[in-house]
Parts: sequence; C-alpha cells; structure tokens
Amino acid sequence: MQTLTTRSKVASNKKMTFVEKLYLPAIMGGMALTLKHFFKKKVTIQYPEQKREFAPVFRGQHVLKRDENGAERCTACGLCAVACPAEAITMTAAERKPGEEALYREEKYASVYEINMLRCIFCGLCEEACPKEAIFLTDRMVDTDYVRKNFIYGKDKLVDPLNNPIDVSKRETRETREFKTHPEFTHNKLNTKSLK
Amino acid sequence: MTFSLFIIYKIVLVVVVFLISLVIAMYSTYAERKVAAFMQDRLGPNRAGPFGILQPVADGVKMFMKEEIIPQVSNKFLFILGPSIAMFTSCITGAVIPWGTSLHLFGHDFSLQVTDINIGILYIMAVTSIGVYGIMIGGWASNNKYSLLGALRASSQMISYEVAMGLAIIALVMHTGTLSLKAIAAQQVGWHWNVFYQPVGFLIFLVCAFAETNRTPFDLPESDSELIGGYHTEYSSMKLGFYLFAEYINMFISSAIMSTLYFGGYNMPLIGRLHLSPNTAAILGVVFLFAKIFFFIFFFMWVRWTVPRFRFDQLMNLGWKILIPLSIFWVAITGFVTLMIHR
Ligand code: SF4
Ligand code: SF4
Repeated sequence: MQTLTTRSKVASNKKMTFVEKLYLPAIMGGMALTLKHFFKKKVTIQYPEQKREFAPVFRGQHVLKRDENGAERCTACGLCAVACPAEAITMTAAERKPGEEALYREEKYASVYEINMLRCIFCGLCEEACPKEAIFLTDRMVDTDYVRKNFIYGKDKLVDPLNNPIDVSKRETRETREFKTHPEFTHNKLNTKSLK
Repeated sequence: MTFSLFIIYKIVLVVVVFLISLVIAMYSTYAERKVAAFMQDRLGPNRAGPFGILQPVADGVKMFMKEEIIPQVSNKFLFILGPSIAMFTSCITGAVIPWGTSLHLFGHDFSLQVTDINIGILYIMAVTSIGVYGIMIGGWASNNKYSLLGALRASSQMISYEVAMGLAIIALVMHTGTLSLKAIAAQQVGWHWNVFYQPVGFLIFLVCAFAETNRTPFDLPESDSELIGGYHTEYSSMKLGFYLFAEYINMFISSAIMSTLYFGGYNMPLIGRLHLSPNTAAILGVVFLFAKIFFFIFFFMWVRWTVPRFRFDQLMNLGWKILIPLSIFWVAITGFVTLMIHR
C-alpha cells in the first residue's frame, strides 16, 4: 500500500534499552534541538508595521468602482443583492437627472447603497453577479469598531475615491477588462457618445 | 563594629537581598516568556518599552488592578494565609546564601551573607518544606476540587522528592564535612567545585530541585491542561501574583543554592592569579555567582520548554523507585570513598 507520508514510522512496543531508560540522552537531544531553535531566525511578522502580502484572490472590503471618466458604474439593478447569500446588501435606486451624466454612468443609479459588513461573508458572489463591473472586493481589511451600526457601510465608504482609485486589476479577469474596454461593445460606445 | 552599625549593615543587606530577589523574580517572568518564544521561533513580548523590557511592570500593574475575589465557600483566613506563606518562605531562604566573601569598608569587614548559621543547608531544607504548606493550605482553603487535587499533588510530590534531595545533600555533606553554606562555598576555591566530586549527587539534586519548585516536567500541581490552574485556580489579583512570584523566587533561590553547593558559589577559577584588591575580587565574585545563577534560571526555562510533563504515576515512580535508591547508593559510595581517603 502506498503510504500517505514519507515520515511515518512504525510504532513498536519493544522493550527500551538501559540507555533509553535513563531518559537523559533523549532529554539532552531535545534540549539541543530547542537551543538550536533559540538562535534560529524568527518567523514573527510584526503586524501593524509589517504586513504580509495578500494573495491576489483575497476578498476583503468592497469598492464601488467608477469608470474611466469618474462616473459611478453601478446602475442599481439589484443583482448583487439577489446574489448575496448573506443578504448583506440593500440599495435605493434613483433616476439620473439631466446634467448628472458625469456622476452616474447609466440613467438609473443607486442613491443609497449599503453593505452590512457584519453580515457579509466575503464570498464574492456580488462581484460575480454584477453586470456592470461595478462592485469588487479588495485586499483591504474591514476596520474594527465598537458599535454595530458603524459596520453598515454606505456609499461614502464604498465608492472609489475620485483622486486615488483603488487598484482592483488583480481581481479583474481578462473577460472583465475586455468587457470594459472593447470598442465593439455597445455599452462602451454608448458611454463615449453620451459624454460628448 | 558597634552594635548600631551592625544592625544598619544587616538591615541594608536584607533589604538588598530582598529587592534583588523581587527584581529577579519579576524579570524571570519576562525572561521566561522570551525564552519560550525564542525556542518556538517567535519574538515574545516586545511592545512595552524597548525589547519589551517594561513588560513585567505592565504585568504587575495588571495584577494589582484585577478584582480581588475570595470565594464565598472558602475559608477566608486560610485563603489569605496560603499565598502569604508561599511568598514568605521563598523570601527567607535567601538569608543563608553567601552572595560573596566580604567587603572591607571603613575599617570593618562586611560579610555578604545575611547570616552564617552552621546548619545552613538544614535551614534551607526546613524552609522549603514549610513552603509546601503555602500551596497545600491555599488549595485546601479554596474549596474547589481542582485546587484540592493540585494541593494534594504538590504535597505528595514535594514530600517524595525531598527524601532524594536530602540524601543527595547528605552525600554532599559527607564530602564537605560541614553544613554551613559559607564553609562549603569557601572550600570550592579554584576548580574544586563539588560537581566534579559529586556528579550523581548533583544530578539527583537538580531533578529534585525541579520537582521542589514545581517546574516542568514536574509541574503537576498546576498542570493547566488537567487541573485548570491547580492549587491557585480560585486565586485572583495579587494573591495569585504572590503564588506566581513565589515560584519564580524559588527558582532563583534554588539556582543560587545549586551554584553555591555544587558550582563553587562566588569562586572563580584563575581569579587568584590576577592579584586584585580584596574588594574588587569580592564584587567580581558576586557577579560571577549571579552569572551562574542566571545560567541555572535559563536552564530551568530551557528544560521547561523542552520536556513535556510527567504523568503522576511516572513522577512517583521516578521519585521513589529510581531517585531514592540511586541516592542511597550514592551516599554509600561517597561514604566509602571518604572513608578510604581519610583513613
Ligand atoms: S461578498 Fe458575498 S456576502 Fe458579501 S456582500 Fe457580496 S455577495 Fe454578499
Ligand atoms: S453593484 Fe452591480 S449588481 Fe449591484 S446593483 Fe450595482 S450594477 Fe447592479
């Protein structure tokens, strides 16, 4: 039979020899080992100062992306809320007024968009459901807080800051990028036209 | 030396020894955590002050701030008496240890030993035997089964290992011919350390010292995985602190005793060749003694983070069936050899 590990040892109940019974050689061997570890390089990562890099697929706090012109991509279709297994997302839709084209990409937008970070299980299904490539999970941790109501993140915390957008390129698939930039797609054409 | 000077000098010495014991116990907790961490490839406490040097202070403040709880069902008097005895006995053992030779100041000789009683070793044995009462009374007064079990284990363990320890000391005394710690330390000038004459005796003493101080691998009285906290399960705040502190002071004192009895105490090999003034030599001796003590404290911790805990029957087996016969055998050998030499 193939063994599962190369380090397995067959246990035996053979009588211990006199030297083994003395225990002292074994204890000294153990102490030599611990002493060796005493001088080894430490593996500790000093957290607040040093951070360990996240995997590219890490799913942390969400961001609501803007498009390349700075308009919010979300159209308040509600698909993310439907997809969410934890029912963490709520939103209120509103109609875009004339003159707000630079703020909102589509005619309908989310005037209120809230994610309850205590309910969220960071599964990333909202991200997958979104047809507008608006919501992404990022490599940021959700901050701690003392009161529950502060964990309901509104648009103020979720929408991408205008001046320094959060980089989600690691989470964007090739299809996503194509979807956003390919000139053949109508929505890409639409957008450039409406802004002109 | 006038009487008042004598009193002042003794009081100063007592206070200094007391303070040193406390500070070393304090920093032993820090060292223990650091050693543990380093042996497990971690860094240990390093946030309070540079390298975490202020950690013991933070721990102390925390201990004091904790709520003082005396269980309703406990015997209040005994409950308080327990940690007090533990602390008291561990503090008074330092009195007979010769910390150095003597300092010659202002035309007087100041011996660096609080008191040189001619039965120093017996005194230490006696005081450590009283130490078990602290644990036993505390565990009994808590009125908690875990505490009681811990106390029972502590008392049976200490009584068992005291026998072997006593026998090891008898062998040592047969070799040195005196019970006074000062004389024993003075005998071991140069390389005449007792450990070279009494290797087996030292080994027995060392194992028993681990058992007497309730350190791993013999920490059954407080084995956290089985008995929650053992005899101090019900204790909180500074009463718990006293127990923990007493353990570290015990460790310090037994390191000092081991250094004095077997490793030449304040004696340094080759120091005689340097032709230092007596005072400098005395101070260097103290430093050297403390170096040995620190090594032993480190050794205590080193063993703790290497060897797993014994099972209780294994502990009793080791004590009664191995260490005691071995020590009797060693006493016989020592007696025989001594007889041969002095014939
Ligand atoms: S990550 Fe999952 S749980 Fe969190 S909001 Fe999105 S769909 Fe809901
Ligand atoms: S984030 Fe995407 S899925 Fe959710 S409402 Fe906006 S557009 Fe629709």
